[in-house]
Amino acid sequence: MTETHLATAPSVDGLDARLVVDRGGFRLDVTLSVAPGEVVALLGPNGAGKTTALRALAGLTPLSGGHLRLDGTELGRTPPEARPVGVVFQDYLLFPHLTALDNVAFGPRCQGASKAEARAQAAEWLDRLGLAAHTGAKPRRLSGGQAQRVALARALATRPRLLLLDEPLAALDARTRLEVRAGLRRHLAEFEAVAVLVTHDPLDAMVLADRLVVVEHGRVVQEGTPAAIARHPRTDYIARLVGLNLYRGEADGHTVRLADGPPLTTTEVLSGPVFVAFPPSAVTLHRDRPSGSSARNLWRCEVAGLETHGDQIRADLTGELPLAADLTTVAAAELGLHPGAEVWATVKAAQTHAYPV
Amino acid sequence: MTSPAGKPPAAAGVLRGGPRRRRVRTGVPLPLLLPALTGVAFLIVPLVALLVRTPWHSLPAQLTSPDVWQALKLSLICATLATGVSLVIGVPLAWLLARVDFPGRGLVRALVTLPLVLPPVVGGVALLMALGRNGIVGRWLDSWFGITLPFTTAGVVIAEAFVAMPFLVISVEGTLRAADPRYEEAAATLGASRFTAFRRVTLPLIAPGIAAGAVLAWARALGEFGATITFAGNFPGRTQTMPLAVYLALQSDPEAAIALSLVLLAVSIAVLAGLRDRWMRAG
Repeated sequence: MTETHLATAPSVDGLDARLVVDRGGFRLDVTLSVAPGEVVALLGPNGAGKTTALRALAGLTPLSGGHLRLDGTELGRTPPEARPVGVVFQDYLLFPHLTALDNVAFGPRCQGASKAEARAQAAEWLDRLGLAAHTGAKPRRLSGGQAQRVALARALATRPRLLLLDEPLAALDARTRLEVRAGLRRHLAEFEAVAVLVTHDPLDAMVLADRLVVVEHGRVVQEGTPAAIARHPRTDYIARLVGLNLYRGEADGHTVRLADGPPLTTTEVLSGPVFVAFPPSAVTLHRDRPSGSSARNLWRCEVAGLETHGDQIRADLTGELPLAADLTTVAAAELGLHPGAEVWATVKAAQTHAYPV
Repeated sequence: MTSPAGKPPAAAGVLRGGPRRRRVRTGVPLPLLLPALTGVAFLIVPLVALLVRTPWHSLPAQLTSPDVWQALKLSLICATLATGVSLVIGVPLAWLLARVDFPGRGLVRALVTLPLVLPPVVGGVALLMALGRNGIVGRWLDSWFGITLPFTTAGVVIAEAFVAMPFLVISVEGTLRAADPRYEEAAATLGASRFTAFRRVTLPLIAPGIAAGAVLAWARALGEFGATITFAGNFPGRTQTMPLAVYLALQSDPEAAIALSLVLLAVSIAVLAGLRDRWMRAG
């Protein structure tokens, strides 16, 4: 005990983990370092290993390797019930036979509190989350948003040093989601220990988290603040997520040569391996080859698909350079766009953004 | 508008599906209808016959005679005790089979459920070989503790539990498998040990399955004949349960046998009514 205390210098506070999980053909190898009070979102496509990472942090999936230190204490081999970890599960998993109050009191009770004491604590948590009127309700009588808050109260009532949230908003309909997201952001901001959430929704991640860790195929492919990641995406998945066309190539001055595709002209002067990104709104489409255009980037493309995005239409283009282009419904009609149609795409160099790999 | 080519085949599929589905509903072929109706009659006529032949006038007197009352009381007590024994050891066994992955689990499950298909008389003989005065376990029970089980009321309970417990185990294991194990994980993240999670989360969640299994086991124990008469004998007041009394009465006093049978039939109907939500949902 004393030894742990001595080792608890400020620098080791928080979460320091390398999670390695081998599971028949799939290997997760993710390094995570999170300071107390920080909210980190594990963001990635389905099957990337986000939930496995979360389960490994909770102790529900054993580690095949690596380490897991929380506030300086090694927890890699500690069973889940002995970890100071709280989990909000995707579908909440509120115990259906217990009232909201007894669901929240469950944790304190397991930690040795008397029944009355545990219930008093639970009532306090429910009150803090604005659920004082629902203490006696069984989970099936709660709305999605209420159930989500009961699940959060239940996880917080054990006073965890690590709070894990698995797709905390996925089970909610669009309208409830907006409201719950704002509430959850407030509660996470108040939480003084480490919070890690898993989501495949970039908006949830950007609103809720201070820092994003993007996981693909069991690996961390990029991490940073939401703004930094949105500016400099490093994989196709992230680029699509933040709505950018992304290419990788070799820069030589203003020109970036792609491995398989036409050269791109950029405003930045760079050399060596770079990424070039531009938003779909920077693409202009023409039915015929534009003659007077000042655009340096001009490609012949074919429409592969069309999709409505609000009042915009996103065209998925193939050809010399695969890219996404946004245009208004009117423009799409004037161009007579349809799958298979041939178009010319231009992008002004000023609207591209190149940065080193 | 964007993909008009995709729609017509789907619409055609719906149109084709309609009449085809309707054809299945109408007209039951005779080669199926006749055996089916015979089956219904085969299962129902004996029960109707029992009701027709019931001596309704003397029924109250029959049912309140000390002999009948004694057998009925003994049956209820033994079946309930056997159900209790099955619950105490059967529910943990079901949990083990459903939740713990140990080598030879399939074999253990097969052996545990063997009494379901084993002729009860064979079960009785096997129990005698194990727990009889000279049985491989009974010998030690006798010489160390002075406990003799065969031909006692305790022996009835053991014979009934042996035959009835597999019903409970199968029912509870099925319920456990259908129950979401993630609730136990949620309990673990809240600091509950595996046993606490079982007691405070799993057990309440599977309570309906346990109740159904218990009723099933109780009904099976109440009707137990073969294993009971083999292992516990047929001593009025001590080991003579209702089914044994029915069999005996049939030779000397058929009216009494019918009256006793009626009681058992009533119990069976009550059990079926109690479990109808579980079994008859398909209808």
